[in-house]
Amino acid sequence: MPRMNSRVQEKPKNLFGSLSKLFKALKPWKVLIIISVLLAIISSVFSIIAPNKLSDLTDEITEGIKPNTDKLMEINSLITTNYGGPIVIDGTTITIEDQTKYLEIVSTIDMNDRNDMLSKFDKLPKSIYNLVKPKMNIDNIKAIALILIILYGLSAIFSYIQGYSMTTIANKFAKKLRSDISNKINRLPLKFFDSHETGDILSRLTNDVDTMSFNLSQSLVSLISNLTLFLGSLVMMFYTNYIMAFTAIGASLFGFLFMFIMLSKSQKYFTRKQKELGDLNGYIEEMYSGYIVTKTCNGEKETRKEFDKLNNGLYKSNMMSQFLSGMMGPFMGFISNFGYVAVCVVGALLVSKNTITFGVIVAFMIYIRLFTNPLNQIAQAMTSMQSTAAASERVFEFLEEKEMNSQKHITKKLDKNKVKGEIVFDHVKFGYDEVKTIIKDFSAKVKPGEKVAIVGPTGAGKTTMVNLLMKFYEINSGNITIDGVSINDLTRENIHELFCMVLQDTWLFEGTVRDNIRYNNLKVTDDEIMEVCKIVGVDHFIKSLPHGLDSMIEDNEAISSGQKQLFTIARGMIEDSPFLILDEATSNVDTRTEELVQKAMDKLTVGRTSFIIAHRLSTIKNADLILVMKDGNIVETGNHNELMKQNGFYAELYNSQFEKIN
Amino acid sequence: MIKLLKNFKFKDWLIVLMCILLTYINVQLELKIPDYMSEITTLIQTNSSTMSHDILVQGMWMTLFAFGSFICAGISIYFASKLSSSFSLNVRSKIFNKVESFGIEEMKKFSTPSLITRTTNDITQIEMLIAMGLHMMLRAPIMCTLAITKIVNKSIEWSMLLAGCIVLLLSVILTILLIVLPKFKIIQKLIDRINGVTRENLTGIRVIRAFNAEKFQRERFEKANDDLTKNQLFTQRSLAILSPVMNIVMHGLTFGIYIIGAYLIYNSMMSEKIELFSNMVVFTSYGMQVIMSFLMLAFIFMIGPRAAISASRINEVLDEDIKIKEGTYNKDTKEHGTVEFKNVSFKYPDADEYILENISFKVNKGETVAFIGSTGSGKSTLINLIPRLYDVTSGEVLVDGINVKEYTFKNLNNKVGYIPQKAVMFTGTVKNNITYGESSKRVSEEDINEALKVSQADFVKKLDKQLDSHVARGGTNLSGGQKQRLSIARTIARHPEIFIFDDTFSALDYKTDLNLRKELKKYTKDSTNLIVAQRIGTIMNADKILVLDNGKCVGVGTHKELLKSCDVYKEIALSQLSEEELQNA
Repeated sequence: MPRMNSRVQEKPKNLFGSLSKLFKALKPWKVLIIISVLLAIISSVFSIIAPNKLSDLTDEITEGIKPNTDKLMEINSLITTNYGGPIVIDGTTITIEDQTKYLEIVSTIDMNDRNDMLSKFDKLPKSIYNLVKPKMNIDNIKAIALILIILYGLSAIFSYIQGYSMTTIANKFAKKLRSDISNKINRLPLKFFDSHETGDILSRLTNDVDTMSFNLSQSLVSLISNLTLFLGSLVMMFYTNYIMAFTAIGASLFGFLFMFIMLSKSQKYFTRKQKELGDLNGYIEEMYSGYIVTKTCNGEKETRKEFDKLNNGLYKSNMMSQFLSGMMGPFMGFISNFGYVAVCVVGALLVSKNTITFGVIVAFMIYIRLFTNPLNQIAQAMTSMQSTAAASERVFEFLEEKEMNSQKHITKKLDKNKVKGEIVFDHVKFGYDEVKTIIKDFSAKVKPGEKVAIVGPTGAGKTTMVNLLMKFYEINSGNITIDGVSINDLTRENIHELFCMVLQDTWLFEGTVRDNIRYNNLKVTDDEIMEVCKIVGVDHFIKSLPHGLDSMIEDNEAISSGQKQLFTIARGMIEDSPFLILDEATSNVDTRTEELVQKAMDKLTVGRTSFIIAHRLSTIKNADLILVMKDGNIVETGNHNELMKQNGFYAELYNSQFEKIN
Repeated sequence: MIKLLKNFKFKDWLIVLMCILLTYINVQLELKIPDYMSEITTLIQTNSSTMSHDILVQGMWMTLFAFGSFICAGISIYFASKLSSSFSLNVRSKIFNKVESFGIEEMKKFSTPSLITRTTNDITQIEMLIAMGLHMMLRAPIMCTLAITKIVNKSIEWSMLLAGCIVLLLSVILTILLIVLPKFKIIQKLIDRINGVTRENLTGIRVIRAFNAEKFQRERFEKANDDLTKNQLFTQRSLAILSPVMNIVMHGLTFGIYIIGAYLIYNSMMSEKIELFSNMVVFTSYGMQVIMSFLMLAFIFMIGPRAAISASRINEVLDEDIKIKEGTYNKDTKEHGTVEFKNVSFKYPDADEYILENISFKVNKGETVAFIGSTGSGKSTLINLIPRLYDVTSGEVLVDGINVKEYTFKNLNNKVGYIPQKAVMFTGTVKNNITYGESSKRVSEEDINEALKVSQADFVKKLDKQLDSHVARGGTNLSGGQKQRLSIARTIARHPEIFIFDDTFSALDYKTDLNLRKELKKYTKDSTNLIVAQRIGTIMNADKILVLDNGKCVGVGTHKELLKSCDVYKEIALSQLSEEELQNA
């Protein structure tokens, strides 16, 4: 499908750097690309040769309209000097009757009326007419026609082969890039995702890769074939006739100058339009998402005002960029016509001086189009190469991001079935960036089978502890050991295998309920799934769904956030690992349901070390060990009763729910 | 599509008319050009003494016509751009205003992402059709008819050839499009799919890693990637046929006309030969114009359907009947700060089951009333009825003694301060966010500071530029708790008579929750508070607690009373606190 010229014209930071990276990445398809490019060049060369042949054809046809004036003069002189006598020319005898008829006709000719001359010509006696009539060499025409058919045919075939293979390359390349990006996501440290937005990565995966593949299949070849056309027609013009060539170039030159000025002017509007459109769309998105606030705070007027401001701002740049890009076509048309006239005028002069034949003019009529068209295309291809470079810059930038540390040197492995479950935090220090330390000095010892709760105000670093334990982030200093083995000596996969983790965000993917619960444990049977669902109390809900376990989970209202959370808990339970981490896992479930789930969990977690993070203190009251965190440190430890007796931070937090406010 | 064009005003139609006129002139002028070309060709042939002078004159005329046609095209493109951008300006603003007046019900029906696409992409589609279409749609038929009339009597052989070329070209284009177009829809879906899978990968990255499910995700991705690539390869390979075919047909036309011309000239009388020859040149260029017009039409047919789909999507929004209609009451009321529910029932329009059934209660000025119940018990729906985010199915909701349906939105919103469960922040400064909207009084600097104090949002003072600190899109540079506190401050600064907290406190820790409620009580002695909460601690001190279970009110009273009288309440309470704690509290 054709694309409109309304895409962002992003400027790459390093045009050649990105392009050379792009071509390096294209190496596996090197041969095919070279063949395609060659085919494109050949096909372009054909379309330059073709006009030449067409001009030969025209010359042949022109021959067919010119009477043989030399012969006519010869006959004329013979008849006037030799009237009545036997006249034999080229084996044809002109009889006296014919001679008389001829003189009669000639005497009536009005020398100033061309049409009269021509119609009288047709009345000439047969013998003379056959001698002087225009001779068209049909055989020559047939030969030229054959060459032309072959040229056009080959050109079309080559161009299709080229198009086919470039599309194939572009799409296979795009596929590879998408896979690479997707795989890269899995190899990047979580830290990366803290500073990069999902939308940004998605836009690299789709928009940028799309831009690259589209331009690869279209613009690259278009650039090359148009360059060939441009240079080729230039060469051919000079080869055919240099005066005419200068005329053609001169006539188009100021047109091109004007075009480049226009292009650079319009660039300004395009960039502005793209920016304003982005701003407006962002505003729309924001307002639609927060419309409840707009509604309940009487914000309509304010919102409308801002919207109108953005909308009106876009109007002008939008109009100008549409106008300028729309003008390109007609303008090139004009330039081409102007060039045509110039070529004809100069050509006619040259023909009258017999320097060139009429065929040359016809050829130039085509050259002038071949010459002006590509420039427009080349300019377009250049801008799209520029956006290709910008897109590949963004894609390669992502692909070159620093990956997680290599784990090749790690040889130790903890067996999931034999692990005891003693975990020690030893003076752990950590910060998401160098400047801010989140965990200052965290030490704790967790005995096998203990239920440990981490509580504290928002921002105290509770979730961070879990992230460190799961080796999502690398600790700055200190150590965490599992059964005496430092997590630095274990692979991430090994650690993940030991832990079952349920998070606050109810992450479900598009798929059936079954897919979501068993996830990558494909061996789990439906019975086992239903058993777990019974434990967390969603079995009735699943049975009430129209297709049971086969029901699709999509973004709709049918499944409440509480139910979604229960699904994720079920998924965690299926995994059946020796350690358990619940990070605000039950915060979307009401307290009564939570209690049921917890009882079930308790049964499951007998003998398993588990970590629970929760806002609701009721969730963690029965933990064996409560670690109270504040500002990255543990300020209190103990079980609920002990902590209440200490009457410290925890007790204050806990008691605040009973405090009277009046 | 036609319906949307009704948005054109009289002035716009005048512009359209003018564009038609200009295009007509433009095409007429442009079609003169081949005449001059043939004239020049003939002049070159004749070899007369004045030839170069004659050619120069003709050439100047030709350039003049070409320039005139260029100017006409320019003006008409200018107006077409003006028209299309003002069209998108107006329609976009219409949709936006319409969506702003939507209630939750309409919002859910369309879904926010879909509404965003409709306001942005769909409009761009139509804008493009108008901008390019107006030019092409007018030009192609005019050009086509005029060019055909110029050459229709020249020669039957040439005309047949031209017709053949057009039929061939159009049938190739149509066949390919018929094969390819349905695939485009599939491709769009597959792109959504690949986006979806990647979004899953990104949002669930911790889960995926925790489950060692990278391989599982990769397989899902690769499947989507494979499908997408296959379909794209198919469509693009098919489309790759178009350009060579177009080229061969267009070249073939010129070539064919010349070959036929050669035979015609060969077999003609001397007096006809020169005319035939110049006709041949003319026919070639007009024929090209005819083919080009058909190509343009084909192109419009290509972008037409997409724009039509977009148009219908936009119309769906514009035609949506808004259920919640504004009342007219904009005066002051006798009562202040009271809320009353009279036999209120509510169900979603298409649902069978009631979310709320026969709820009746009254809240007096200065009282604090809490609502508790398990997820799905209807407590949020209940308080959404007060600011009319939904309207009752039956019964009445009264604020200050007057049915909420009678108020103007502005009047009602000045009385009722609603704070949603999920804090909403807009791009801008902290200050912008707090003073957002209109309230009964202007919000002064003092009000802001006070509101921040009450809402426990002291952190604002620690920010770089305090009140002028930047808030990123969606408030991503603030934590959940911070956003929640600012969202509360926003409502406090508006000085409503009635506060509605829709599960607003759950994101705060116990301590902040308590301090906030304490300050609020002090600050708003006279205001009425309605609180939906999950934590017993948050609501224990309320003057009245309503316990909801499956849309029915199963208990009303104070904490102490309910512990004795209401089993559901007791269960909820016991799931959070021990018997002893409950008694002591």
